[in-house]
Amino acid sequence: MKRFKDNKPSKKIGIVLAHIFLVLLAFIWILPIFSMFMTSFRSTQGVYSSTFLPTQISFNSYRKLFTDLTVFNYPKMFVNTCVIASVGAIISTILIISTGYVLSRERFPKRKGVMWLIRIIRYFPFFMIMLAVYYITRLFSWNTGPILRIIMICAYSGGAGISYVYAKEYFDTMPKNLEDAARLEGATKFRIFAGIIMPLSNPIIIYTFVSSFLMTCKDFMLARVLCGAEKNYYTVAVGLYNMLDEEHIDQWFTAFAAGAVLISIPVFILELYASKYNRKCNERMRK
Amino acid sequence: MRGMRSLIKSNVTKRTLSKESSFFKMLQEGSYAVRLSALVFGFGCFRNGQFLKGMILFLFECVTGGFLGSQGFNHIYRLGSLGETQRKKIWNQGINMYEYIEGDNSLDILFHGIISIAVVLFFLCLLKLSVRCAFHAEKMKREGKTPETFIDDVKMYFNQKLHITMLSLPTIGVITCTVIPLIFIICIAFTDYSIEGNHTILFHWVGLKNFQQVLNFSSSLSKTFYSVLLWTIVWAIVASLSNYILGSCLAFFIHWKEIRAKKFWKACFIVTIMIPHFVSLLSIGQFLQPEGTLNVLCRNLGIIGANDSIPFFTDATWARVTVIIINLWVGIPYTLLHVNEVLDDMPSEFADVAKIEGVSTLQYLLKIRIPYVTVMTRPYLITALVGNINNFNVIYLTSQGYPMNVGETAGKTDLLITWIYKLTIHNQYFNIGATVGILTFIMLAISSIASTALYRYHVNKEGIL
Repeated sequence: MKRFKDNKPSKKIGIVLAHIFLVLLAFIWILPIFSMFMTSFRSTQGVYSSTFLPTQISFNSYRKLFTDLTVFNYPKMFVNTCVIASVGAIISTILIISTGYVLSRERFPKRKGVMWLIRIIRYFPFFMIMLAVYYITRLFSWNTGPILRIIMICAYSGGAGISYVYAKEYFDTMPKNLEDAARLEGATKFRIFAGIIMPLSNPIIIYTFVSSFLMTCKDFMLARVLCGAEKNYYTVAVGLYNMLDEEHIDQWFTAFAAGAVLISIPVFILELYASKYNRKCNERMRK
Repeated sequence: MRGMRSLIKSNVTKRTLSKESSFFKMLQEGSYAVRLSALVFGFGCFRNGQFLKGMILFLFECVTGGFLGSQGFNHIYRLGSLGETQRKKIWNQGINMYEYIEGDNSLDILFHGIISIAVVLFFLCLLKLSVRCAFHAEKMKREGKTPETFIDDVKMYFNQKLHITMLSLPTIGVITCTVIPLIFIICIAFTDYSIEGNHTILFHWVGLKNFQQVLNFSSSLSKTFYSVLLWTIVWAIVASLSNYILGSCLAFFIHWKEIRAKKFWKACFIVTIMIPHFVSLLSIGQFLQPEGTLNVLCRNLGIIGANDSIPFFTDATWARVTVIIINLWVGIPYTLLHVNEVLDDMPSEFADVAKIEGVSTLQYLLKIRIPYVTVMTRPYLITALVGNINNFNVIYLTSQGYPMNVGETAGKTDLLITWIYKLTIHNQYFNIGATVGILTFIMLAISSIASTALYRYHVNKEGIL
């Protein structure tokens, strides 16, 4: 690669301008997030501040999140989110991997029909299913008490089988000769699945688990619709949203910023992890 | 030669065997035991020595039959009328207060009716299974072989019939958590379950009246619908195309070999997709409020007067443009990542041949790289288009559909999906919400099928994009 000095002057100017453009663009991109980050350290309460950057740095907002538990119990919300997300992710992974494997490997009579049916179900906006779950939970008064957590887990991961496509594409790349050799040795199909295919599908299992976890963590609509007013079962998404409504915003705006920062960091790390496995799966699928 | 003939013969027999397994043929060709198995499940299996299998089938029949007999048919019958008695208020002299005598809860009746119909379908499946097992066992007896023992059967479910075992859990999950709620909502679209006319507990079937109300051109509801529909279509096309074009430009730009620290620039841009949407979108929603950070910044810099604020969400046109730009903010990184991947994977033969042929850089860009990327990212564009029709978060968390003056229920930046949310959760017009939901599904299905048909290149032979 040519060094910068070896370029023509006009090209040098072009390169410098390009980098300046990128700097400006990146600055605009990160500005709102940076502003929220700074707000979490602001000492003055309330939404409006007369200056862009805070004049005094304090950790009051963070302290408030963990100590003022009467209105918004942030630690509990965090725990709720983790519990629902992890259990949901385990169930989702089991469902998606089994569906993906069967539809990829097994050739059974109604296979095409099943895939078409799933395709049609996928066209329905998930929102309608959410509404129905909302009506049914209200009908049976399941929207109070611990059963709400079970309902939320079911709503997030019950229908996970319909998102099998990525797993199926991964299993399509599995070499057939391994399977054939095992069949010749007399292995049952289940043995082939558990003993040969599973150890080789590390990337897709991890990717499915992490992306299901993240999908539940980041979801706002379903949690809001189902939780309603049950403060004990809020997830972080619903809690943060409620911190911005009219009656709470003055007291809780900086706490909102603090809570947002606290949830973003683990999600960011998990997303990087997921994208690493996504790249591994894509590499394998491209070969 | 003989081996070949026997191979062909066995293949032919296999095919005719599978054709023989039609249900009514089985009833015809089987003995009385097979036909009796249609009434008493498991009888045929029992008679032919498969005791455990027969018992299990019979047990299932008793349970489902019992449920249907005692409650099921009652629920299905009431489904026709969805309840008659209203909730009554009676003056109770003893405690000096009004007392409520519960009438019929139509939602309850609807739900139990749907479950009962599902149980009836399950019963019919069991019937088919029982007859098939009886026929199969009898066939084996006739051919002189012993029918499989229970342990053999279980082993088969982990070997030849693995697809049934492994698909059982996902199927149960999908049916209970997706299909039944969907059918429930579709049914509600044909009722008058709504706060209008006080039909929140007792409601009735109204047929296609809701669809007429939403689709005719005269009522205020339909005017709202068409206005929101138009904005949804415009939004989907503009948002997806702008994301795609600008994202691809940015990807090409960063991919230029003279740019240093590519990973750093990419990391800067993908921050918006790495943090959860409810954080980034709520932040930018607050950022652009009339008294929010951006307006304060502009005031400090003197761009606007000391008490003015840019009407990001209060003026209709500003709001629509703002929402599209916010969507760019959270959407371009996805395009950036995707196009970058495609550019990285572009086969190096293109570059080598171009160098040999002496093609100029500009021509190489225009005539080779751009068409290549366009073709390879078409499925992504289609998914983005279809996905943007249902993009709830970007609208609801930022502008919340404001400014509000489309009919009484919708705002100028409301999509169909945010309008459905407001109709059901805020305004309690449940049936209209369900109706609009079904119309959204129809629109989505048509656009998906149309775009798949247009871009057959990316559809592999199994028809999955």
